[in-house]
Amino acid sequence: MRRLAPMLLAALAVMVAACEKKTQPAPSGEGGTQAAQGQGAAPGGAPADANTILLGQVGSLTGGQATFGISTRNGIELALKEANAAGGVKGKKLSIRVYDNQSKPEEAAQAATRLITQDKVALILGDVASSNSLAMAEKAQAAGVPMITPSSTNPTVTDKGDYIFRVCFIDPFQGFVMAKFARENLKLNTVAVLQDNKSAYSIGLAEVFTRKFTEMGGKVTAVESYSQGDTDYRAQLTAIRKSQPEGIYVPGYYSEVGIIARQAREVGLKVPLMGGDGWDSEKLFELGGSAIEGSYFSNHYSPDNPDPRVQKFIADYKAAYGAVPDALAALGYDSARVAVNALERAKDLSGPSVRDAIAQTKDFPGVAGTVTLDAQRNAVKSAVVLKVEDGKTQYVTTINP
Amino acid sequence: METPAIPVPEARSAVPASLRGLLPVLLALPVLALFQWLMSDAPFASYLLSVVGVNIILAVSLNIVNGMTGQFSIGHAGFMAVGAYISGVLSLNLKDVALSFLPVAVSDQVFFVVSLLVGGLAAALCGFLVGLPSLRLRGDYLAIVTLGFGEIIRVVVQNTDAFGRALGLSGIPQTSSPAMVYFWVFLTVLVARRITGSSHGRSLWAIREDEVAAEAMGVDTTGYKVRAFVISSFFAGIAGALFAHFVPIINPGSFTFVKSMEIVVMVVLGGLGSTTGAIVAATFLTLLPEGMRSLFTLLGAEGSLAQKVDQIRMPVYGLLLVALMLARPQGLFGTKEIWDVLPRWIPRKRRGLA
Repeated sequence: MRRLAPMLLAALAVMVAACEKKTQPAPSGEGGTQAAQGQGAAPGGAPADANTILLGQVGSLTGGQATFGISTRNGIELALKEANAAGGVKGKKLSIRVYDNQSKPEEAAQAATRLITQDKVALILGDVASSNSLAMAEKAQAAGVPMITPSSTNPTVTDKGDYIFRVCFIDPFQGFVMAKFARENLKLNTVAVLQDNKSAYSIGLAEVFTRKFTEMGGKVTAVESYSQGDTDYRAQLTAIRKSQPEGIYVPGYYSEVGIIARQAREVGLKVPLMGGDGWDSEKLFELGGSAIEGSYFSNHYSPDNPDPRVQKFIADYKAAYGAVPDALAALGYDSARVAVNALERAKDLSGPSVRDAIAQTKDFPGVAGTVTLDAQRNAVKSAVVLKVEDGKTQYVTTINP
Repeated sequence: METPAIPVPEARSAVPASLRGLLPVLLALPVLALFQWLMSDAPFASYLLSVVGVNIILAVSLNIVNGMTGQFSIGHAGFMAVGAYISGVLSLNLKDVALSFLPVAVSDQVFFVVSLLVGGLAAALCGFLVGLPSLRLRGDYLAIVTLGFGEIIRVVVQNTDAFGRALGLSGIPQTSSPAMVYFWVFLTVLVARRITGSSHGRSLWAIREDEVAAEAMGVDTTGYKVRAFVISSFFAGIAGALFAHFVPIINPGSFTFVKSMEIVVMVVLGGLGSTTGAIVAATFLTLLPEGMRSLFTLLGAEGSLAQKVDQIRMPVYGLLLVALMLARPQGLFGTKEIWDVLPRWIPRKRRGLA
């Protein structure tokens, strides 16, 4: 025993001394095998029935953000129904397998692995929440299966690799849109920020907003935070009231924003609230009531857009699901249509050719803006700013990148 | 796991005393190697089995505190989070470092084991700090303290940039393998079994049955409770560290109170104090939702029933739990082990299962 300690120490010393920078393995070799695996997997990737192409979706169908997952699923279903009515892709029908991830990354990774290895899907449509999409992206990239996320706006998602795409803009852009709108359209000089510390989305938007708004000559008077699921925000709101801002930026989710709006009015804050696409739900008006009136948020699309393509989508969606589609439904619809379009153009259904086809997507007319994918596989598109009036949203302006 | 934990009597005499402790480990290694070879081509199975393994480690280690010692800890996910984040950050920083005299794959495994141990020790340290003041008390205090601890960890992680805040930590090298996970499962079970069979375990049992009587008999109750708690936290940390090395992203949402309760449910369902019960319950409860998914996919056509049912999986899971607890309120095995419960016609050779 007495001799053990020095021996262990010596071993440790040797190991520490032997530490060195890892030599990078030749990337071409590894990439090559991965691509080969992808190619090998995908033709067998057709499901048992040779006349259908199976796609996969993993979404938050249960849990706090369930309306997001369900809207997205509805949008995707509608797009696939239309594609099938128009004859399918390459003479085959499309079908989709949807798994719930309970809004947990480990469940998302598990469901994605299941879609890839058990169901052998040709393509995966990702989740709304960025953490879950990141977990799936890792699995999809490793297996060489293309993945499109409809509405994960965190920039790191598509950094996972060349098989990962998105059809929405990224967080920094939304923060920029609202900063520009607050400064130029609303002519605000001072704004307070109330962010959700539990959500990377909220923190990302708040950071970019603060930076851009300050750059444009405004002043952020206070930054307060809360946690998703809180019900009492009076302490933060009172602190914000003390700093006397002309507006409050609350880049959170609808479930909290509604309550925040009510409590803001209670503590005597009369200034407009501003937010991002996390506000986009019918529930916002229920929860916020009259308190949320006169607030602004940035979004991917507006149902008031007179474009016939958008109006047709809204009419079809209403007929199928009995509600006006929100932005997540629109993005789900767009992501599925981009996928269908790419599958049509791809020379076969293997991972690499589908990936190349998606990457070539250019000026694709989606209902939530025209989609062009850039070299980082992100969509370049404009955002709209909406105002809450009489319990519904009113289109205000479009802000370009 | 499939390997006898206690060497067969003939072997015992032949093996020198110093090697006897190592023997189960040596016997486990070929089994694990075979297991790894079988799993090498099945990513979904290995992912699922890794999750099962991590849950077994969590349940068996929690059983040391909740089952054997009769204390009620409900912050196990907090210790798991400590292990996951500490080892995750360590691996992330050591990602580009290798040992010059070893092949890269081997040196990755060396670093993996080092970061596992660091994660486990960090969790054990937290367990010591939390346990020392609270285990001096009796009754429900530990429950409240551990609950608070779990929440503190989650809030700290959420607000620390180094831990990736709310988005989580991604890019941790995925060096874990089913064999590694099950090696730790094996070690955890071995430790739990050895504790039960030792005088240490009997002291824990005495504390569980009647703390005052145990103290009157001269058992250092606080000391034993703290030791049990630290061992349990260590393995929870190991479980978290393993988890961080096969799940692509770790996020505070994975270590909530709900996760702690899931582990408590596994222990209670298996039977408080039964190690094999914890193993069976952890395996069953982890595979159940995924099994239902397979079942529903078989039953329904694409886009119809199967899809609707994916959402009602969790309520069904809850209902099954209620039914099981009503049918067997003492848990599947009570305080017994599987070989005490199964009928006599099972050959006695199985006694070695541990």
